[in-house]
Amino acid sequence: MPAILPSLRLPILRSALILPLTALLGGCDWVVLNPSGDVARQQADLVVISTVLMLLIIVPVMALTVWFAWHYRAANQTARYEPEWSHSTRLELVIWSAPLLIIIALGAVTWVGTHLLDPYRTIGRIDKGRAVPAQARPLDVEVVALDWKWLFIYPEQQIATVNELVLPTNRPVRFRITASSVMNSFYAPALAGQIYAMPGMETKLHAVLNREGAFTGFSANYSGAGFSGMRFAMRGVSPQGFDAWAAGVRGGAGTLDRAAYLALERPSEHEPVRHFAAVSPDLFDAVVNLCVRPGKMCMSQMMAIDAQGGTGSAGRWNVAALAYDKYGREQMSTPLPGQRPNRRIASDDVFVKALCDNPAGRAASKDVRAPASLAPLTGAGLSWPAQRIAPAARETLSLGALPKTPLS
Amino acid sequence: MTTPDQTWSFLFGRLTLDALPLHEPIIVATFAAVVLGGVAVVGALTYFKLWGYLWREWFTSVDHKKIGVMYMVLGLIMFLRGFADAIMMRIQQAIAFNGNEGYLNAHHYDQIFTAHGVIMIFFVAMPFVTGLMNFVVPLQIGARDVSFPFLNNFSFWMTAAGAMLVMASLFVGEFAQTGWLAYPPLSGIAYSPGVGVGYYLWALQIAGVGTTLSGINLIATIVKMRAPGMTMMRMPVFTWTSLCTNVLIVASFPVLTAVLALLSLDRYVGTNFFTNDFGGSPMMYVNLIWIWGHPEVYILILPIFGVFSEVTATFSGKRLFGYSSMVYATVVITILSYVVWLHHFFTMGSGASVNSFFGITTMVISIPTGAKLFNWLFTMYRARIRFDLPMMWTVAFMLTFVIGGMTGVLLAVPPADFVLHNSLFLIAHFHNVIIGGVVFGVFAAINYWWPKAFGFRLEPFWGKVSFWCWVIGFWLAFTPLYVMGLMGVTRRLRVFDDPSLQIWFVIAAIGAVLIACGIAAMLVQYAVSILRRDSLRDDSGDPWNGRTLEWATSSPPPAYNFAFTPVVHDLDAWAEMKRTGAPRPADGFRAIHMPRNTGAGIILAGISTVCGFALIWHIWWLAIASFAALLITAIAHTFNYARDFHIPADVVAETEARRARQLAALEGAAA
Repeated sequence: MPAILPSLRLPILRSALILPLTALLGGCDWVVLNPSGDVARQQADLVVISTVLMLLIIVPVMALTVWFAWHYRAANQTARYEPEWSHSTRLELVIWSAPLLIIIALGAVTWVGTHLLDPYRTIGRIDKGRAVPAQARPLDVEVVALDWKWLFIYPEQQIATVNELVLPTNRPVRFRITASSVMNSFYAPALAGQIYAMPGMETKLHAVLNREGAFTGFSANYSGAGFSGMRFAMRGVSPQGFDAWAAGVRGGAGTLDRAAYLALERPSEHEPVRHFAAVSPDLFDAVVNLCVRPGKMCMSQMMAIDAQGGTGSAGRWNVAALAYDKYGREQMSTPLPGQRPNRRIASDDVFVKALCDNPAGRAASKDVRAPASLAPLTGAGLSWPAQRIAPAARETLSLGALPKTPLS
Repeated sequence: MTTPDQTWSFLFGRLTLDALPLHEPIIVATFAAVVLGGVAVVGALTYFKLWGYLWREWFTSVDHKKIGVMYMVLGLIMFLRGFADAIMMRIQQAIAFNGNEGYLNAHHYDQIFTAHGVIMIFFVAMPFVTGLMNFVVPLQIGARDVSFPFLNNFSFWMTAAGAMLVMASLFVGEFAQTGWLAYPPLSGIAYSPGVGVGYYLWALQIAGVGTTLSGINLIATIVKMRAPGMTMMRMPVFTWTSLCTNVLIVASFPVLTAVLALLSLDRYVGTNFFTNDFGGSPMMYVNLIWIWGHPEVYILILPIFGVFSEVTATFSGKRLFGYSSMVYATVVITILSYVVWLHHFFTMGSGASVNSFFGITTMVISIPTGAKLFNWLFTMYRARIRFDLPMMWTVAFMLTFVIGGMTGVLLAVPPADFVLHNSLFLIAHFHNVIIGGVVFGVFAAINYWWPKAFGFRLEPFWGKVSFWCWVIGFWLAFTPLYVMGLMGVTRRLRVFDDPSLQIWFVIAAIGAVLIACGIAAMLVQYAVSILRRDSLRDDSGDPWNGRTLEWATSSPPPAYNFAFTPVVHDLDAWAEMKRTGAPRPADGFRAIHMPRNTGAGIILAGISTVCGFALIWHIWWLAIASFAALLITAIAHTFNYARDFHIPADVVAETEARRARQLAALEGAAA
C-alpha cells in the first residue's frame, strides 16, 4: 500500500498510522484513502488529517472514561470519594478550551481545504509536484445521469459513450454534470469526490486522473429501482492511448442526435457500454434546459423572455411547451419523433416559437480559477516556518478570494 | 391527479383488490403471522375481559405517567418492525453477490430501507423520547400532570395514528420507495405515481400534529408548573434538556409540516414547488427538509443527554459535575442546531464559502457536546460508581458516542464529505450516534425509571445479556460499514458486483443477528421481571438512591404524584431533602383537583387515520366526510364540561397513610 499521507510531514506519525492500517487491510482496496487522482488524493489526506486531529482528544477521553470507570467503582473503597465536589473553574476552562483549540485547527484546515478543493475551481496542479501548464486546456466531458445509466459526451472529440468514461492521464478534466429525471450523484472514488447530478441544473467538477488503469464509478444518490446497476467503467489511459481510443470511437457507428437521445433516456437497467461516433453539438445544453424533445421550449428561452418582462397573458400559451415531467415521466410520456406527439406535452400552439427561437443558451462559465502556485494543501497561506513564499505568490494564494481576472 | 394507468372509482378511489400484495410471499407470510398474532391478542384481551380496563385505565387516560408508558410501548412495537426491516436489508446485502439477486426485488427492497428510516426516527426514537419526557418531567418538577392533560392524550393517539398508517402500507398497497426523506423529483408524481409517497406524507403529517402539540404541552409544563423554589437553574438536567428539545420541536416541526404540505400540493393539485419544470426547485425541498431534519437529531439526542446526566450523577453517588456548563452547553447546542443543516448536502454544489460556513458551524457544535462528555467524565471522578444496568449503558454510550462524534465532525469537513457522502461510512456514522446515543440512552432510561413506573426493578441477568449482545453486536454490525465506506461503497444498493465486499456484509449481518439476540434478551428481561415482580419489588420508591424529585414519591406514584407540592431548596432537591431529613407530611391533606379521562383523543385520531387513508387512496368522499367528522367531533368535545373531578381528602389521606406504613415497614426491616 503506498503512503497515504504525502502531505503529513511527521514521519513518526505517518508510520504509526500506516503500519497498523497496512497490516489490517492486506489486499483490500481502500480506494477512498488510496485514490488515483490528485483531487481525491488531497481529499483523502484531509480525511486522515482531520481524524488524527480529533484523535488527539478522543483517545485521552476514552482512556480516562475506562480508567475512571474502573478506578472509582464502588468496590474500590480506597479511591477518594467526594460526593459534593461538582465544580472546578480550572477544569471547566480545560474542557471547553481543549475541544475549542482542536476545532480552531480543524476549522482552519476546513476553510483552506474547502476552497482549494471546491469542485467548481479549476485545478492548479497535476499532482503534488507538477503545476498545470499555463497553456493547458482541460478536457471537457459532459455527464448526463439517465435512468439508470451514465451518458458521457466528449464535445471536443464529438463522441459519446454510455457507462464508460475514458480519461487521459495527467490532463485536467472539466465535467459538466446534469441529469434527465431525478437526482443522482456523480462519483468515481478513484478520481475525485462526488457532486450531485440534478435535472434542469448543471454542476461542475474539475479533476485529474494520475494513473492508468481500470476503475469504477457510480451514482451515489439513490435514484429509483435501477439504482444498484447504475455503474460505469472508468479507464485511465495515456494521452496517446486516449487519442487512439477517441479516433476508434469516431470511426465506429452510431449518432447521438436528439432522437437517439430520447430513445436512450428511457429507463433501462444494466446497460452495456455503448459508443456513439457522432453527437449533436447542442445536445447537453438542451438536456440541461429540458428541451431535447422537438417542440419543447427551453428553460433558458423562457428565462430570456421573462427577463425582458414576459409576454403577459399570452405567456400562458407557453405553458404547454414548457411541461417536462409534472404530469408523468417525460421519458415515457410521449411517442418518439415521427409519431404523433402528445397534445398536452408538446403542444402545437407554441405562441412564442417565432419570437425566441434561439438555441439553448449556455450560461457563462462560473469556474473559479485555481491559483498558479503549487503550494500544497497544508501550506496554502499557512506556510511551513522554513519556507518563505514570495509576496507576489502570496497575493495569488489569498484563500477563497475570487480571481481578479475576468472569468471566461 | 390520477394518471391514465391507474384506475379510479368513486366509491373506493384507487383502492382495488390488486392493492393487496398477494404476489409477494414474504409479505403474505408476514401478514398471516400478524393476523394470527393479532387474533391471539384480541382473543386474550376478550377472554380475560380486559377491553374495558384498557379503555378506561389506559386509552382514555390523561395521566401523563400512563401516556408516557403508552408512548414507550408504541416505540417498542415499532422498534420490532423497524428492526425486522433492518435485518432483511442486512440479509439481502449479505447474499446479493456474484449475480445473485438476493431474495428482495427492487420494489420491495426500496420500500424496506425507506420504511426502516421513517419508522426508526418517527415511530421509534420519537415515541421513546416523548414517552420518557412525558413520564419523567412532571415528576421531576414536582407537578401533578402536564399543563394540558387532554392534549397529551390526543398527541399520543395522533402519533399512534401515523404509526398505524405506516403499518397499513405493509399490507394495503405499498410504502414509499424514495429514501426516508423522500427527495423530489423522485418523490414527485412523475416518478412515484403510486400510493407509497401518499402513505409517507399523511403518516408524517398526522404524527407531526401529535409531536408539535406534545412539544407545546411540555414547554408550558416546564415553564409554568415547576414546584416553588425550582428556579430555572435548579431544574434537573433532564428537565433542561427536555425543555430545549421541546423548543426545538415547536420551532422545527412546522417546517416539516410545511414542506410536506408543499410536496402534497405538487402531487395532488399540480403545483410546481419542487417539480423539475415550471421553475420548481427540488433543491428547496432538500434545504427545507433538513432545516427540520437537523434539529430533529438534537430533538432525539438532547433528552438522552439528560438521561445520562441523571444516571451518571445517581450511580456515581455524587453531584453532577459542572451543572451550569451542562445547561449552557445544552442551550448552545439548541441554538446552533439551526445553522448546520446544509452539511447534509455539501455535494449539491454550493460555493466553497457556503460549504465552509456550514462545515465550521457543525464542528462548533462538537465543543458543547464535548463539554458535556467531560462533565459526565468528571462526575465519575472521585465517585463511588455502582455499575447497575443504567450505568453500564452510560459507559457504553460514552465510549461508543465519541467515535460517532468523531466521524461526524470528519463528515463536516466538506472535502472529506465529498468522498464519504452517502457512503456506508455515513450510515455507520449516524447509526453510531443514534444507536450509541439515543438507543443506549433509552435502554439506560428504561432500566433506570422502570421501578418508578411499575414498583419493581428489572431483572439484571437478562439485562446484562442484552447489554453485551447489543454493544458487541453494534460494533460488529457497523465497523464493516465504516470500512466499506472507505472502499467507496455507497448506501441503498441492492446487489453488488464486487465479490471481495461480501465478507464485510456477512460480518455486518452477524452483528445484526447479535443485536437481534440483544433485543430478544431484552424482551425476556421484561417478561421475567414481570413474572418475578414480587421478588424484585421496590417499596422505597427510591431504589437507586436518587437525587431528583421523582424519587420522592411512591413507586408507582399515585395518580396525583405528590399529595403536597414539594418546595425546592437545592439543585438535587430529593438528595437535599434526604440529607436534611425533611419530614413527610402526615396530615392536613386536601381534596385534589384532577382532569377526567376522555375518549375524545383516540376518537379524533381514529377519524384522522380514516381521513389520511382516504387521501392516500384518493377516496374523496370519505376524505371530505372524515374531515368534516373530525371538525364536528373536535367542536363537540369543547361542549364537554365534565372534564375534572376531585380526589377526596380522605382518599388522599388514606393513600398517604398506606405509603407511610410502607416506608415504616421498610425502616423497621432495615433496623
